Amino acid sequence: MAETRESLTSYKHRLGDALDNRFLRQAMDKFAVAYRASRENAFAGMDVAELIQQVADIKAAAIDDNKALLAQFVTKARAHGITVHLADTAEDANRIIGEIAQKTGSKKIVKSKSMTAEETHLNKWLENLGLEVTETDLGEWIVQLRKEGPSHMVMPAIHLSRFQVADLFSDVTGTDQDAEIERLVKVARKELREKFVQADMGITGANYALADTGTIGIATNEGNARLVTTLPKVHVALVGIDKLLPTIADALTVNRILPKNATGQAITSYVTWITGPSECKTTPSGKREMHIVFLDNGRSNIAADPVFSQVLQCVRCGACANVCPVYRMVGGHQMGHIYIGAIGLITTYFFHGLENAKNLVQNCTNCGACKAVCAGGIDLPHLIKEIHARIQDEAGHPLQSLLLGKVLKNRKLFHRLLRTAYLAQKPVIDKNTGPAPKEKGPGFLRHLPMIFSSDHNFRRLPAIARVPFRDRFARLNRPVENPRFTIALFSGCVQDFVYPEHLEAAMRGFAQHNIHVVFPMDQSCCGLPAVSMGETSAARDVALQNLDAMAMGCTNYDAVHYIVTLCASCASHLRHGVPKLVRDYAPEKAAAFADKVVPFSVFMNDILGIAPEAGAGADAGRKTAFHSPCHLCRGLGVHDSPHELIEKSGNQYVPTDEEETCCGFGGSFSTTFPAVSNEILTRKLDDVTGSGADLLVTECPGCVLQLRGGAVKQGRKLTVCHLAELLYPSS
Amino acid sequence: MAEPTTGRKKDDSAAVFTQKASLVSACVHGVKDWAAALDKTLALLAEKPPLDPQVPSEKKTDPSARILAAPNLDHERFRHLSEKCGPYPHIQLIRDNLRNFPGGIDMGVTTADYGIADTGTLVINSNEEETRLATMLCEVHVAILGVSDIRETALSMTGELAALTREKGSYTAFVTGASRTADIERVLAIGVHGPLELHIILVEDD
Repeated sequence: MAETRESLTSYKHRLGDALDNRFLRQAMDKFAVAYRASRENAFAGMDVAELIQQVADIKAAAIDDNKALLAQFVTKARAHGITVHLADTAEDANRIIGEIAQKTGSKKIVKSKSMTAEETHLNKWLENLGLEVTETDLGEWIVQLRKEGPSHMVMPAIHLSRFQVADLFSDVTGTDQDAEIERLVKVARKELREKFVQADMGITGANYALADTGTIGIATNEGNARLVTTLPKVHVALVGIDKLLPTIADALTVNRILPKNATGQAITSYVTWITGPSECKTTPSGKREMHIVFLDNGRSNIAADPVFSQVLQCVRCGACANVCPVYRMVGGHQMGHIYIGAIGLITTYFFHGLENAKNLVQNCTNCGACKAVCAGGIDLPHLIKEIHARIQDEAGHPLQSLLLGKVLKNRKLFHRLLRTAYLAQKPVIDKNTGPAPKEKGPGFLRHLPMIFSSDHNFRRLPAIARVPFRDRFARLNRPVENPRFTIALFSGCVQDFVYPEHLEAAMRGFAQHNIHVVFPMDQSCCGLPAVSMGETSAARDVALQNLDAMAMGCTNYDAVHYIVTLCASCASHLRHGVPKLVRDYAPEKAAAFADKVVPFSVFMNDILGIAPEAGAGADAGRKTAFHSPCHLCRGLGVHDSPHELIEKSGNQYVPTDEEETCCGFGGSFSTTFPAVSNEILTRKLDDVTGSGADLLVTECPGCVLQLRGGAVKQGRKLTVCHLAELLYPSS
Repeated sequence: MAEPTTGRKKDDSAAVFTQKASLVSACVHGVKDWAAALDKTLALLAEKPPLDPQVPSEKKTDPSARILAAPNLDHERFRHLSEKCGPYPHIQLIRDNLRNFPGGIDMGVTTADYGIADTGTLVINSNEEETRLATMLCEVHVAILGVSDIRETALSMTGELAALTREKGSYTAFVTGASRTADIERVLAIGVHGPLELHIILVEDD
């Protein structure tokens, strides 16, 4: 578990240690691959998007209605004889539970797994009162014995090997234990049975709290929660107020997704529904004493926040960690404070404060994999950026981020700096472009400029072009008679200044297909880098500038049929990010603009419907893998168009397992966390190489920068290019 | 109670139930009637290896001894089972005071109120402590379920579930397969804090 006030440097050291931990890496990678398959299997034949929408609707309505549901639950529960407590803060909850233990004379406590109890650090509190607390979920027991926190919300010990567990159990039992999983599980069965039998009090969480009947629902696999709620004389359930739902039908709807998303199971082995004190033959009344402690701890404030209320749609399945490329590399202790994964990056700020959240929240490539699987339909990547911005507003913006924001807001200054950068780098450009003779760019930077530290050197960085695309456009643009379409080209800054050859290739294609192209010179960076650095106001300024620039004096953008971009990140940001940023400034304008934005592959394949062999290069017929930019597959929902274009180019499209996994670029992510970025990149390139492809095509200059730079640096026999270059190579 | 289902639908649901329960390594056995269900229970008990006590016991027990708990069978059926156990003195048939067996019992046999086909789940009214303990402390859980009590999905029987769960003091269990974990290296292991095996006996004529 992270100490508070950890510096970014020390956090990076922790990440480095995790990356060096070979077992952790293997365990996490195996898990990521297996999870993907088992989740797909669990949802086979179901309309997942619709199920998620149902859950999102149910949870959103329940959050809106939270106060009424709580009141209804409390009335019912009290009628059943449950003592209900309301805890405003984590400390209140701990104190209440400690007092229950003292009043009931409980000395020994057994617990079943509860993330809410982890949130409040309940065990530490109770142990300080001299109580013995035993976690009975196998994974929780293991991490408790190791004095660690859980590294995953549903698989707390996923970071450990059987050998580590065997050593631990040998210590606990005083006899040597074999590293055989079946036997280790039996050791826990035996060791913990005693604890169940001796316990005075049982503590659980709850997955559901049903207002209409005062019932709690608990999902488990091991059966420990059943013993925890049956053998001891006292049962205390610690429940976040976000777990309230109107009826069992709502809970059953959520429960159709929760286990499938968590572990790929159709349902957990046990779902237990408890409505008030149940029979307990060892008490004088014949009933167990039952308490429910409802925890707020900031949840009411979240519920009232128009941006963040959706955080409470989380059902704690942990899927956002399971698919996260960063989690896959570094594990949960590095990818969360108490709550793990994308949701943890957000809730840490609310539940455990800015200091614990400030480093974590930057550790996101913004790939959107979490959003695509979230059971509650939460826009996690967007909220992570919002938290990042909020933290910077509260704690102060770092100089680098402030400068970036200032520069981006002023297009002329930004572009002048890029031109100056070309001159500054001249002495360090390496003309040798590696094993890709067709690549005609200005080459790679031989040494990194001083501003980069040495660990950025994991990929060759491209040089800035001598002549940016904007200065080439007039020469490239030929008048078209009776054009099929008129399009505005949005270049984005990386293609404008680093890879103008991508846009040049596209211009050849547009000319072949009778497309009239306009290039508004006042367009600037799309603003995504500012968003990813937490500079919301700069991002908004840039968005408004672009809205004006691309309108070219017309209303509703009706001067053009489409706004085409070769950068999937720009496309996704222009279509979805910009309307969000300017919703209080120019919502209609932004909507009209967003409607016109299409990525290159969609324009060529689906709108123009280009024929096969169009522009097929001389060395066609190569086995070609596609790296789908996160902002293309998940950001824009484009999956097949690029495959079809690869086939149309005369090459053979080869599917790869990790096609839609992030390359690790993530804009500022790769410069903030170069070591993690490098490992994600290497895993990606291994997958491509393993498929037998020797050509890797993508549709985003950032991905080209990362993948080509990595392929060259690692000496791989792999050519990386943009889809436009594949279709319309220079002759 | 549930509206009557057509014979065709009943067969489909039973087939789906059997398939889904088998996927989570429950063993499903079809029998004609209750008498056959009790015979099957005793046959399963006869095959069962001796108990592995989970807490140290003072007295050495006879390796042939078997403890069979049947807390929620109605009086008539319990008597019937008791008669069937008659010829086997090594079987200790109990229905009360299961707290006296913290180290475990060989087999718990219970009725199940409903089956849910699409997940292979049993719904068991566990309001009574003895029912809970029998299904938690046993090494082998045998659940007897009437074919006519199988429903297609949990959502299709919310009325019946609401009726079970709204009662004061209600403790309703969904049981799907044996107790399991994947907490070590995400490798599936059966039998953590609950039964090591789950057998479901489907009774045609309930």
